[in-house]
Amino acid sequence: MTLAAPTPTGNAVVASGYAARRALGSVLSFFRRQPVGSIGVVLMLIVAFAGIFANVLAPYNPTANDFAAMTQPPSWAHWLGTDQLGRDLLSRILFGARTALVVGVTSAVVGGASGLVLGVGSAYFGGRIDLVLQRLLDIVMSFPLIIMALAVVSIFGTGVHNVIFAITIPLIPRCARVVRSSALAIREVPYIDAARALGYSHRRIILRHMVPNVVAPFLIMLTSFVGQAILAEAALSYLGLGVQEPVPAWGLMLQGGAEEYATTAPWIAIFPGLAIMLTVFGINLFGDALRDVLDPKLRDR
Amino acid sequence: MKTTLLVAGLAVAGALSAVPAQANETPKHGGTLTYLIPADAPPSFDGHREETYATVHATAPFYSVLIRVNPENPASPTDFVCDLCTAMPKPTDGGKTYTFKIRQGVKFADGSPLTAYDVAASWNEITFPPQGVLSARGTDYRDLIAKIEAPDANTVVFHLKFATAAFLPALADPFAYIYEKKILDDPTKGPHWYEKNILGSGPFVFSGYQIGQKITGDRNPNYYHKGLPYLDHIVGIFAPKQATRVDAIRSDRAAIEFRGLPPSARDQLKQELGNKITVQESPWNCGSDLFFNEKKKPFDDPRVRRALSLAINRWGGAPALSKIAIVKTVGGITFPGSPLAATKSELQQMAGFWPDINKSRAEARKLLKEAGAEGISFELLNRDVDQPYKYVGIWLVDQWSKIGLHVTQRILPTGPWFAAMRSGNFSVVHYPICHAVVNPLLDVQPYLPASAENMGGTPDAQEMDMYNKMLHETDPTKQHAEMVAFEKYVMDTKAHATQIIWWNRIVPYRSYVKGWKISPSHYINQDLSNIWLDQATVSQ
Repeated sequence: MTLAAPTPTGNAVVASGYAARRALGSVLSFFRRQPVGSIGVVLMLIVAFAGIFANVLAPYNPTANDFAAMTQPPSWAHWLGTDQLGRDLLSRILFGARTALVVGVTSAVVGGASGLVLGVGSAYFGGRIDLVLQRLLDIVMSFPLIIMALAVVSIFGTGVHNVIFAITIPLIPRCARVVRSSALAIREVPYIDAARALGYSHRRIILRHMVPNVVAPFLIMLTSFVGQAILAEAALSYLGLGVQEPVPAWGLMLQGGAEEYATTAPWIAIFPGLAIMLTVFGINLFGDALRDVLDPKLRDR
Repeated sequence: MKTTLLVAGLAVAGALSAVPAQANETPKHGGTLTYLIPADAPPSFDGHREETYATVHATAPFYSVLIRVNPENPASPTDFVCDLCTAMPKPTDGGKTYTFKIRQGVKFADGSPLTAYDVAASWNEITFPPQGVLSARGTDYRDLIAKIEAPDANTVVFHLKFATAAFLPALADPFAYIYEKKILDDPTKGPHWYEKNILGSGPFVFSGYQIGQKITGDRNPNYYHKGLPYLDHIVGIFAPKQATRVDAIRSDRAAIEFRGLPPSARDQLKQELGNKITVQESPWNCGSDLFFNEKKKPFDDPRVRRALSLAINRWGGAPALSKIAIVKTVGGITFPGSPLAATKSELQQMAGFWPDINKSRAEARKLLKEAGAEGISFELLNRDVDQPYKYVGIWLVDQWSKIGLHVTQRILPTGPWFAAMRSGNFSVVHYPICHAVVNPLLDVQPYLPASAENMGGTPDAQEMDMYNKMLHETDPTKQHAEMVAFEKYVMDTKAHATQIIWWNRIVPYRSYVKGWKISPSHYINQDLSNIWLDQATVSQ
């Protein structure tokens, strides 16, 4: 009896099956070890699901005025009630999740990725490049996030794209600063010297040898950035500087009518407020749990 | 003329029905009125230069005017009385000359006597401003007035270019403060001095101003209307946020806000405070208009402009919008109910006012198809003010979606909003226009192609001819017909612009405030001389 040597395809199937099992195991382990963080994951998944499938889930057109149903309290017809223009709040919140996700995730990913490259690059090259970059980042960081975002929106105007840009800019130095501190330590380890000695390009050393080693703090920051970006978007929209009516957005739903009807139709303000709170709460819980998992100092506590 | 009198009579009756019974009440002297001004601060104190309520609400109590709308009957568009003159004059020279006799013994707050020379100098500065001096309504007056002169210290004569019914309402402009001639003529001061200083002869004497916070005044002991004003002091508090103003009235930190609050605030205050709150309402001489940028495709095509108007269900939307916003009445470009306004049946012949909205929208789709503009996307430029700008804007976007258009809003703060309009950086703009005294002949000027307010317009000789013919017409019946034809031309045939909905003024206030009567304009009847307080302790 002879045993056939495993084919490359067979190896790949075995390997991918193993990887899938390992990933599932990691997820289950995360849920077991981080029950509070798991709540965060569930909340985030609900928001993501709502945003992605808003056009299927929403019972009404989120921008359609219905004057026969103005300021109706929650009912079977309108589960979360209607606003002063008769628009269904549930539909607006579901579509608002899409706006929050688009702005939050895009700003966090673009801002975080830019910060990652700048932070690692700054640490790797050091010297004058580091000095100049860090002073520039100091200047940007000297403005609180919302003030910086307000300034950017004031210059470039409102709208989804400009809001994303406005929130992305202040996130870059925050990420770069944290990543740089981790990268400075990594720059001194022997394998980086070895890579240099072997004549690897700067790009290869940064992307293949340094970046993977600062991913842990980067991912933790990224989750917090999503929450911050969603809050910033809501704040800008509330101030009338974010997305504009009738686009459904949670911060916008808290503006104007919500203030005017705070006592007579409180559901207009309560539900979008809850949506913001639960989403940011979920993201923060997940971020905390992720830090606990990825930080070796905290892992065994 | 009969029509004019009938409408004026109806207006008076309407006004009286809006005002709580005050006939048996004897006015009391004394007290301080604290009122709210819904703005950050006035751009300047100069009434001749400005056209905002922020200026007139803050400064009107300190100034006199030549004639004014009768403060006891401010709802009437035809009831004018003297302020500084002694009697309303009969025109001479075929209706082209008005001679006013000026009161004797009137003094400015600095003690200088007020004479006809001051009145003529002020009106000359308004009508024919010197180089470098802005006059908000100068163009309107220059169309009518040829010359203003003071032959002696007691007489002012206005020489008109032609006889017109538009003159007296224009003269009753609440911004036309009478300034001191010696200050206007002083090379070190001049008209600009009044931008930062207040010196008039009105019922109150200016006593203090904290920028963006408050303005205060004390009773003028030398005021020429006997027994007035009733109040000892006035305090105007600047409060741009509506929630702040409602809370201030609720907690009795302030007694009244004269511009107007939305229905929700009225209902809330009335529900919480019952008979401690009195409400006056009036149709408002402010209308929400749409202007199109005719220099931009596809809005250079009248079919597209007409389609946009046809899509709007004004008759269906107005009753619902009036529950949430300060709008109410469907009308053309002239103030509804005024003698020259189109009747409902006349209006229903015009694009956008048809009684059958389905037929109207089918026509809109047809026009868009013909123009090759089906399903177009564009931005509606709007102002960052809730009432009623944003409410009307959201509703318009929804209305246009019903004919397959994809419209977004570009909402800008006041400054950038004006800048975008002036630079032509818009496609369609929601641009409400407010007027003071109801004066349709002048009030329709913003729709003229040469008007500074019609920022997307293109030259139209036929429209100008129609307007000039109407302005010179003296027979009210013919003038009405000409105005209706003008409205049809502007809103339908060429669809240069269109009226969406007229505003509704709602003023809820503390019931101890007496003597004030609402008018169709938040600019007029604001000198506060006839207001009195019906309680021993008043809001501080």
